[in-house]
Amino acid sequence: MNDPRSPEQRHNFDPSRAAPMLLQHGHSGWLGLKYRAHGDDWAELELPWREDLLGEAERHVLASGPIISLMDMASGLSIWTTMGRFTAIATLDLRVDYQRPAKDRAAVIGRAECYKVTKSAAFVRGIAHDGDPDDPVAHVAGVFMSIAGDPRNA
Amino acid sequence: MPDTALTPYADSLGIVIHDEEGGAPVLACEFSANVEGRPGHMHGGAISGLLETAGYALLRHELSKQGRTHRLKPINITVQFLAPGKPKPSYAKARITKLGRRNANIAVEAWQDDRSRPIATAIMNILMVPEESAAEAEPEA
Repeated sequence: MNDPRSPEQRHNFDPSRAAPMLLQHGHSGWLGLKYRAHGDDWAELELPWREDLLGEAERHVLASGPIISLMDMASGLSIWTTMGRFTAIATLDLRVDYQRPAKDRAAVIGRAECYKVTKSAAFVRGIAHDGDPDDPVAHVAGVFMSIAGDPRNA
Repeated sequence: MPDTALTPYADSLGIVIHDEEGGAPVLACEFSANVEGRPGHMHGGAISGLLETAGYALLRHELSKQGRTHRLKPINITVQFLAPGKPKPSYAKARITKLGRRNANIAVEAWQDDRSRPIATAIMNILMVPEESAAEAEPEA
């Protein structure tokens, strides 16, 4: 794929440095999301297993809500990584197809790839897995909008 | 609604059953640091969690009314984010669009102070596995 970014742009957003700060507070901090890895157009985060995040009291499987949060944050990071800068974005829609429950007491890893950026939108796809990326827990697709300049967000 | 106990995740996030309307639970979630995304706004994942919890709560309630005991498995969810979630309480209520023998299709809306302006909506497909066969094989979703 041709990369339209200048070499300077590529290095203006480093998810390995930005993620700990972005993930420290609020909902992401509460979930305990952690940075794992990134590439030119992707980012990977980890959602640790935790008893109070279970989807059913009697089974040790993470609820699907936290998986949406994980993929939403990984998507945002993949977009900023691809754009080479941090900008205000809002999730327009997010679809999660669940292939199977995560394993008992397993952390879930979310990998999102930003495959297209236009002037106002960014398109993302990704997977959530619990150890083997070839056997995903879920597939995800999302569209994000740039909200910079929207007076409601000033 | 004693049959609509929420998940440990929902309890932990602060989602509660706030009301009941026409047989459907109305769920509420207070704004707190635990649900905050970008400063002063609700995180999209937390809004999704509220929507999804409302969908499951209604389906469990409806199945229980019909005397059906099923294990529920998510097939998919699509969330539309319509407006920023402000630092105030959010509510969600679901509607069952289709309740079949094996699967259900559920539409959910979340709003804050103006119900005619939802902050997010979701469509969920849920697989319903009879309890007796749930333990045996993991069915294909």
